[in-house]
Amino acid sequence: MKILTQHIDVPGIETIDVFMKNGGYKAVEKAIKTMTPDEVTEEVKKSGLRGRGGAGFPMGMKWSFLAKPEGVPRYLVCNADESEPGTFKDHYLMWKSPHTLIEGMIVSSFALGANTSYIYVRGELMYVINILEKAIQEAYDKGLLGKNILGSGYDLDLFVQPGGGAYICGEETALLESLEGKRGNPRNKPPFPAVKGLWQCPTVVNNVESIAATSWIVNNGGDAYAAIGVGRSTGTKLISASGHIKKPGVYEIPLGITVEEFIYSDEYCGGIRDGHKLKAVVAGGSSVPILSADNILTTDAGEKRLMTYESLSEGGFASGTMLGSGGFIVMDETTCIVHNTLTFARFYHHESCGQCSPCREGTGWMDKVIKRIETGKGRMEDIDLLVDVAKKIEGNTICPLGDAAAWPVAAAIRHFRDEFEWHITHPEEATKPGAVYMRPGASWSN
Amino acid sequence: MKVTIDNITLDVEPGTTIMQAARMIGPEVAPPAMCYYEPLQGSGGKCRACLVKVTAGSEKDPRPMPKLVPACITAVQDGMIVENTVNEAVLETRKGIVEFLLLNHPLDCPVCDQAGECHLQDFSFEHGVSSTRTVEERNTFDPVDLGENIKLNMNRCILCYRCVYTADQITDGRVHGVMNRGDHAEISTYIEKAIDNDFSGNVIDVCPVGALTDKTYRFKSRVWFSKPMDAHCSCDKCSGNVTLWYRGEEVIRVTGRKNQWGELKEFICNTCRFDRKKTSDWVIEGPTEVSRHSVISANKYGANMIRPAFPIAQAARDFKQIDDNRDRSFLENKSILPAKK
Repeated sequence: MKILTQHIDVPGIETIDVFMKNGGYKAVEKAIKTMTPDEVTEEVKKSGLRGRGGAGFPMGMKWSFLAKPEGVPRYLVCNADESEPGTFKDHYLMWKSPHTLIEGMIVSSFALGANTSYIYVRGELMYVINILEKAIQEAYDKGLLGKNILGSGYDLDLFVQPGGGAYICGEETALLESLEGKRGNPRNKPPFPAVKGLWQCPTVVNNVESIAATSWIVNNGGDAYAAIGVGRSTGTKLISASGHIKKPGVYEIPLGITVEEFIYSDEYCGGIRDGHKLKAVVAGGSSVPILSADNILTTDAGEKRLMTYESLSEGGFASGTMLGSGGFIVMDETTCIVHNTLTFARFYHHESCGQCSPCREGTGWMDKVIKRIETGKGRMEDIDLLVDVAKKIEGNTICPLGDAAAWPVAAAIRHFRDEFEWHITHPEEATKPGAVYMRPGASWSN
Repeated sequence: MKVTIDNITLDVEPGTTIMQAARMIGPEVAPPAMCYYEPLQGSGGKCRACLVKVTAGSEKDPRPMPKLVPACITAVQDGMIVENTVNEAVLETRKGIVEFLLLNHPLDCPVCDQAGECHLQDFSFEHGVSSTRTVEERNTFDPVDLGENIKLNMNRCILCYRCVYTADQITDGRVHGVMNRGDHAEISTYIEKAIDNDFSGNVIDVCPVGALTDKTYRFKSRVWFSKPMDAHCSCDKCSGNVTLWYRGEEVIRVTGRKNQWGELKEFICNTCRFDRKKTSDWVIEGPTEVSRHSVISANKYGANMIRPAFPIAQAARDFKQIDDNRDRSFLENKSILPAKK
């Protein structure tokens, strides 16, 4: 079942003519000509679509929170600042099929009553920005954007804004600050963007994938979308798979397939590379807790874990993780977890905005401590120190970057404490190039 | 609206923040503030020193808030119940915040001009622990001159953004902001362009630590050796209401007047601050009431001596471990100790 990537391999799909030949922009026509904005919102609510940026907040509900005072403009902002290590799904979608996003933007803006909308793209993706600009121009030429769209009287201007390449600008309020031309520091909430967002006007910020899915929902109805998936995890999700698998790439999966199927079936990842076996998985981008092979494949109850929001988080953080943004990083037994954790910690140290003290100081501290352990200068008390620092950052910061920095470290220690201990007790062995700790009984081959 | 803070209930106007409500009760329950500065719009929410537990959101919705909330920017709801000094989790978190703030701090109090009136000193004394767990090298920056009269020592900065807001709101045309990210972020006058306007000196007063100091006062005296006096003059730029700091007969420093929370009552101009250093320039009103900074008022104006209950309780807990013959009679005074929960 493919919704977003159904026509992605059609040659020339990035041009509007080929896109329209393949059923593109039908949703715009249907929504604007035959539906009211509230009806579109209602369909999105019915679909059960949950925000694909990582938090998984129901999109219809987020839309319904939008304040609608008279005479105040409203904005839709598309968050395309995808910078999480391991996540590259939005990049792929915008690059291959920019019109899928633009169609969704028009439908969503119509539903929210926004006459100006923005796509905030991370600055590193300059060529994607060019592709989007070109596609937007094509849409303007066809009368799908601009004044009086399709003769309906609805006006919409769509702009692409390149970011400066900061991870923190993917946080919605930091994104809005950056979009206003300021330093990308997250705002204190409340007020939430739905009340006071861009230029203090009501604003909805949604992920690329969520917005792109709305056009299919308009075409086929919310119920059809809700029929895909399991429970409250409806529809399809783009998963960007990377790491030690045979076929890394972006896959669109119906939510509810098992993790085992996703990793091992030929349709998706194709299994672990030859001669190796699964050691650990980071299921939803670098910020979610890492899980060992046993925990990711089966839940505590002994059931097979599914690719859904609920199933992946079953067991809490003790044995579960999160679906997050769908950055699925697979590691085989040649991976050093300490080194991997250092990579993540260094990333968050580098990307912390420095506004609130726990995150500013804590990320740097964790980075330095793990670096010491990795280079053979660790002390046994450092492990508990890391756990405590992570605990003191978590939940005490302005934005979720603090949590995102704390979780991977805490989870790595929770599930792979022996590996950290080995680094400390065997500094000479551990600092050899390519040295990896093997649990008793583990070997390099299947 | 009714709000209960540490089991004390009071009536407040709608729109009051938890911090403001707690300050109405008094310093015993007011959360510490490192970045919040009432006269500056938009300040607060950054240092996380004032995190408190809300055990009941409001009368209508009595669910507890899932996370600790910053008291300085959270508005009270009718029937809200807040726990500050009586909540272990809050105190534990605050210990962590002290540790974070001191992590890259040089701890150079012995040579710092701010020592004695430093909010970070007070905060770490009241809420911190006596030892550090870090063995890492601290981040360092070179000291920078911001114009003729202001010295920026970034090593001591806790990035509270107060000076940035001051530059934004009090002075015209900001030449002062934050550059870089994370623990390498620094206050900067964009490419070291000096701040030169009439009210730039106020960044010294708003700075909670010794990051921004007065070069005309640099290394002249310890703050507890100087006597503060309220004085005024007729100034065409500002109100002219200041505090003069005397050492003997000499005015060694001029600052704005501060309230008991260490916040400026009025911003003063640079002429008053840096140039009027003679007693003849001023009309003396009398000794300044110092209530917050115990080290300034200690043994000076006996009536103003304060004994914050919390640090004393803390001291009482730690005191037993030290076996000496110090005077511990003040520990017997039950009235100043907080009631056990």
